Parts: sequence; structure tokens; C-alpha cells
Amino acid sequence: MVGKDCVAIACDLRLGMQALTISNNFPKIFNYAPSTYLGLTGLATDVNTVSDLFRYKVNMYRLREERHISPQTLANLVSSSLYEKRFGPFFVSPVIAGINHTTGKPFICGFDSIGCIDFAKDFIVSGTASDQLFGTCEGLWEPDLGPEDLFETISQALLSAVDRDALSGWGAQVYIIEKDKVTQRLLKGRQD
Amino acid sequence: MLQREVLLGITGKDFVIVAASKAIMRGPTIIKAQDDKTRQLNRHTMMAFSGEAGDTVQFAEFIQANVQLYSMRNDSELSPSAVANFVRGELASSLRSRSPYTVNLLLGGMDPHTQQPHLYWIDYLASLARVPYAAHGYYCLSLLDKHHNPEIDLAQGMKLLEMCTDELKRRLPIDYKGVLVKIITKDGVKEADFDNDKIVRSA
Repeated sequence: MVGKDCVAIACDLRLGMQALTISNNFPKIFNYAPSTYLGLTGLATDVNTVSDLFRYKVNMYRLREERHISPQTLANLVSSSLYEKRFGPFFVSPVIAGINHTTGKPFICGFDSIGCIDFAKDFIVSGTASDQLFGTCEGLWEPDLGPEDLFETISQALLSAVDRDALSGWGAQVYIIEKDKVTQRLLKGRQD
Repeated sequence: MLQREVLLGITGKDFVIVAASKAIMRGPTIIKAQDDKTRQLNRHTMMAFSGEAGDTVQFAEFIQANVQLYSMRNDSELSPSAVANFVRGELASSLRSRSPYTVNLLLGGMDPHTQQPHLYWIDYLASLARVPYAAHGYYCLSLLDKHHNPEIDLAQGMKLLEMCTDELKRRLPIDYKGVLVKIITKDGVKEADFDNDKIVRSA
């Protein structure tokens, strides 16, 4: 979700096999540079595989280029890496949120499982509760929210959406990314 | 898919209990009733496995050999989290190969440096999750949800395990021939005595 000079990214914490919950502490947001975050929903094994793959690729990028990766570059890396597996894809729908340190502008985007980028200037949703998230985000989001208001908006949007979805929830993790500060918060949420 | 094997893992303050059912079945027939579905990987890590006959032992011993090879080459032992991520990597690359391993795993260990108990739940799709308690099989998770807390001692842990096996005896329509119980503490892995002959009446 985009705010004024800030972005937020949030995920729930459930890991399940269909209706059976395996774990309620399975974060789906991964950090790749000081203000660049990647969220991954979908098949759990591919969440692990893809996050590990990008950790490797981004580390190699940083060593070669001697600088951190920007959210835009990460977006193109994610897109091409997913399209490499066009006919046997990773079953994930990634979301990127970050601030570009050269321009100072917030950036968000989402992908389908074969790497088609979906740019947006308001919000991106993904996962089993995405239908509900479209509704809550459409209802709650407004332009130019400050960091604190953005936190409240994204948290309420996520919690309301996952409470209507039987397959997600069990707590949530929220990152508020500002230019030179990132706040991570843990939301307890409904535990049922 | 009907799963007929039981794997259970419980962590506590300073231990991990791993239990695995002792029966090998082929269709309706019990082939063996004293099977050990576990392998010790290094001094303070072990793995319990279930799934496709043949795949299970092959995969477990492959992992065991490679973890031990690492220790010999580098003169140091892999931590439980390192082993878990290695296992996951192998299983994940097997998943997208021509013949994937169909193996579900529980990996238990004590971290030799922090003395923290570790338990990892891994399924045949190579999903990896660190959990306080885990099961491949039926009934037990809801029991553990209610009764487990991370500060329990070994005696309480064994009590919990007994509650789980009691429930399995009460509700599972098959005889899994009892469980083999292994306990991991800072002193290593040892087999525990466990009364499998207790009779539990169905409600």
C-alpha cells in the first residue's frame, strides 16, 4: 500500500494444508535491501524456494554492482526469473513494496505466477483472501496517508479481509517503510 | 490419500521428543511390527520419516550420509536449522525432477550453541516450518494445541505424548503397532522406554 513518502506491506502468518493449520508463525515477507521488501503467497514450498532463490540472486547483484538493489530492478528480476519457468511455474504471487533511494519515491507492484508485472499507484493484493482484500483496500485506502495512518489502514484492511477468509489469518506482520526508517509490527489478530 | 503412519514431535524447555509408529504396512498386511522410522543425522539432530516405501529409507540415509560427510570435511557439526534447510533444498529439487521423493519428515534437534530445542515440519512438497509441536498423521494437533506450552519439562512432554497415543488408539481404525520414542537433549539422542501395551477403550 502506498502512502505519502512511505509504503506498507503486510502478510498473515498462517501455514496450512487446505483446512489443516500446520503453523501460525510463517512470515511471507522477505527483506532484500534496506527499503525493499518482497511478499510471497501461494504454495508454501515455492514461497521457501523463491525467497531463497532471490536471496541468492540479490546477494550476487549486490556483490557485482556494489550497491543495494532498487525495488524497480527487483521487480524486473522477479518478472524474468518467474517467466524462465513459464511452462512449469512456481505457484506464487509475489508483491513488492519499497522506496527507491535515488528518486525517493515509493514503489509497489504485484505479479502473477509467470511474472506478469502489475504496477499500481494505490495498493496490490494477493493470496487466498485477495477478493476480500480488494474490497477492504478499496474502501479504506486514500491518497497521501502518513506512516501512522497508513499502518492503521493496511492493518484494518488485512485483518478485516483475513477474518472473512477461512484459509488465512492467525496473526499478521506489518512493515511500514519510510525513507530511512522501517517499522515492523506484529498484529495478534483472531486466533481461530 | 489415507495416511496410515504416525509421526509426532514435541519440544519443551530443553528437549525434543520424536515418536514414529512401528508398523510397516503393504495394503492390509503388516510386514513388520518393530520398524525404526528414524535416522540420527549427527550428535544432536535426528529425523523421522514416513511416506512411499523405498523412498523413505533411501532419502533418509542419503541425508544422513551427507550430513556426516559435511561434519568430517569441515570438522564441525551442522546446526539443526542448517540441516533442515539442507534437507528442504534436496527435497525441493527432487520435487521438480522426473521422479520425486514422496517423503514426509519431522526433524528434531538441540542447537549445540544456544541449547534451544528445534523441531521442523517438512512434507513431501518440501514445505518447511519450524514449530513447537508437529504431527504427520491424525488427531494429535488439536490435543497439543490445548495442552502444549513451550516451558514443559520432559515428564510433562512424555505425558502429552501418552495423551496423543491414547487418542490414536481410541480413534484410528488401524493398529500402527505402537510408537518408537526418541528423546533429544543436550547430551544427544537416546531411545526412551514407552509403554505401548496400555489398552485404551473407545468411548
